[in-house]
Amino acid sequence: MSIEIRNIRKQFGQFTALDNVSLDIASGELLALLGPSGCGKTTLLRIIAGLEKPDAGQVLFAGTDATHTHVAERQVGFVFQHYALFRHMTVFDNVAFGLSVKPRRERPSQEEIRERVMKLLKMVQLDWLAEAYPGQLSGGQRQRIALARSLAVEPKVLLLDEPFGALDAKVRKDLRRWLRELHNDMHITSVFVTHDQEEALEVSDRVVVMDHGHIEQVGRPDDIYEHPATPFVTQFLGDVNLFHGRVDAGQLTIGNYEQALGQHQDAAGDAAVAYVRPHDLDLSLQADGALAQGRVEHIHAVGPVVRVELQQADGQTIEAAVSKERFRALGIVPGDTVYVTPRKLAVFLQEAAGQQDYVI
Amino acid sequence: MADLTTESRPVRYALTGIALVFLFLFLLLPLISVFWEALQKGWALYLSALTEPDALSAIKLTLISAVIAVPLNLVFGVAAAWAISRFEFRGKSLLITLIDLPFAVSPVVAGLMFILLFGANTVAGGWLQDHGLQVIFAVPGIVLATVFVTFPFVARELIPLMQSQGADEEQAAIVLGASGWQTFRKVTLPKIKWGLLYGVILTNARAMGEFGAVSVVSGHIRGETNTIPLHVEILYNEYNFVGAFACASLLALLALVTLLVKSMVEWNLQRQQQASTLRTAEARLQAQAAQP
Repeated sequence: MSIEIRNIRKQFGQFTALDNVSLDIASGELLALLGPSGCGKTTLLRIIAGLEKPDAGQVLFAGTDATHTHVAERQVGFVFQHYALFRHMTVFDNVAFGLSVKPRRERPSQEEIRERVMKLLKMVQLDWLAEAYPGQLSGGQRQRIALARSLAVEPKVLLLDEPFGALDAKVRKDLRRWLRELHNDMHITSVFVTHDQEEALEVSDRVVVMDHGHIEQVGRPDDIYEHPATPFVTQFLGDVNLFHGRVDAGQLTIGNYEQALGQHQDAAGDAAVAYVRPHDLDLSLQADGALAQGRVEHIHAVGPVVRVELQQADGQTIEAAVSKERFRALGIVPGDTVYVTPRKLAVFLQEAAGQQDYVI
Repeated sequence: MADLTTESRPVRYALTGIALVFLFLFLLLPLISVFWEALQKGWALYLSALTEPDALSAIKLTLISAVIAVPLNLVFGVAAAWAISRFEFRGKSLLITLIDLPFAVSPVVAGLMFILLFGANTVAGGWLQDHGLQVIFAVPGIVLATVFVTFPFVARELIPLMQSQGADEEQAAIVLGASGWQTFRKVTLPKIKWGLLYGVILTNARAMGEFGAVSVVSGHIRGETNTIPLHVEILYNEYNFVGAFACASLLALLALVTLLVKSMVEWNLQRQQQASTLRTAEARLQAQAAQP
C-alpha cells in the first residue's frame, strides 16, 4: 500500500517537531527515516501509525485520507524501539494477541491461530521459544518476536522505530540483513526510523534525511551518499573535512588551489565551503596542485585503510584515509609535511552552509 | 575466603539483634497480648463476646462499609492512576494533591466535615432527612467517612507503578487492533495486578480499622451505628476487657490473614515463573540437540 504524507505539521508546546513535511512512499518499498535525535523522524513514524495526531496536514493510505482513522483500524504493524512485548504473556500469546482480540466473526479458529502463530515463529526461527516469557529472551530474540507479533495481523504497512537501536553490534548486523531478506520475501511497504547512517544506507531502498522537522533530502542510498544536497546531509552521512574558500562563476578558489565546478555558475566571489570525505583525499609529498598541507600528527593503521591525521598551520586538522599500499609507497611518519589533493568535493555557498551548522 | 562486602560478625549480629528485639517489642508482643487478654477467661467467654447481638451488629456494619468502600475506591483508584499516568491535562497536579487530602487531614476533621455538610441542621442534611435519608449518626455517614479516609490507597499504589511501566505495551495492543476495554483487561490489568491487590489489601485493612472519622459521624448507638473499632472502645471503657480484646483480636486476625494471602499469592507467582524458566531451558536444550 502506498502512503502519501501531505504538509504535516506537529508542535509539542514551543517545540516544532515537524514543519510542513510532505513525502510519498511507494507501495512495497523499504524506506529509512534518518536523522539526529529530535529531528522529528519518530514523530513522523508515529503520525503514520496513528499514535500521534498531526496539527495540520494529511496522511493518505493508498490514495484515501487516513488522517482521522483510528490506530486500530489502520492495519499497520508497529515495532517499538523497546519491543513493548506483553511481559505477562508467553511468546506464543504475544504473537497470537492481534488475532485473538479480533471481533468474534472475524476471528480465526483456535487451530488456525495456532497454525499461523507457529508459522510466524518458524519464520523468525524462534518456534522453540513459544512457551517462554519475554523476560527470558535476549534482545535480538525479543526484536524478532516483536516483528512476528506485528506481522500476525497481516498489516498493509510495517513501521519500525529504531529497530536495532538497543542491540549490540554483531546482532545488529545479522538482524539488518535478516530484515532486508524478509522484506524481499514479503514486499510489504515498510518504514523504519534510525539515527545510524550506515544502517539506513545498507538496508533501505530509499533514505529520507531529516533535520529540525524538515526533510533535507530523499533519494537512493548511493545517490544520497555520492550527491548530498545540503551541508547537513554531507556532514551527517559520515566524516568530512571542511575547506573554506570562494566561488566565482563556477571556479572554486581555496588558497592556491583552483578547481572548475559544474555548478554555482552565477556565484560572484561568494564565500564557499568545500566538503571532502577522508577517503576522497589523496596524500602526496609534492606540493603541485595541492589543496592544503599539514604535518602528520597520528597514523591509525588498523584495518584495510590507514587513517592519517594532519595538522594545518592554522591548527585545523585534516583526516585522510588511504589504502595500505599507498601508505607504504609514501613511507610517511609522524612529523612529516604532506600535501592533500581532493579526488571529489562537494561545494556549498557560505549562506547555505552557515544556516545549517551542525554539531555532532 | 573473606567476603569484602559484609560487615564483621559482631556488627552483623548486633544489627540483626536490634531489628529482632524491636520487632518483638513493638509488633509481636502487642499482638500476643491482644490474643492473651481475649482468651484469658476461656474460649466460651471469648466466643460469647463475639456472638452477642451488639458485637454481631458491629461486625456486620464494619463488613458493610468495607464492602462498599473497597470496590468504590478500587474503581476510582484505577481510573485516577490511569488518567494521571497516561494523559497530560489541565489540573493534573491539583488532582494529585487532592488524592492525598485524606492522608493530610486528621480523620477527626474529616468526620467533622461530613457533620458540617450533612448534619440535621444543614441545608443538604435537612433536605435529605425530609426525604427519609439520615446521613449523620447513621450508616450512610459511616460509609461516607470510610470511603473518604481510604480514598488514596489504591491510587497512591498504582500511580508510580503505572508511570514507571509506561504506555508502550498498551500502544502495541491498540496498534494490533485491541479495543480500549480489551487493552485494559488483557494488558494493563495483568501488569498492575500486584500493585492493585496490595492497594486493595491496604484499603480493606483501613476501612475495617478506621476509628477517628467514623467515631465522629457514628453517634455510638449500640447495635446500630457501631463498627468493630468503636465497639472495642466502648467495651474497654466499661472495663469489659475480655469483650474488648475479643473484638480487637478479630481485627488483628484480619491483619494476619491479609498478610498470609499476600505471601501466598506472591509465592504462587514465583513458582509459575520458575516453572516457565525450566520449560524454556529444556526447550533450549532440545533445540540445540536438534541442530546437527
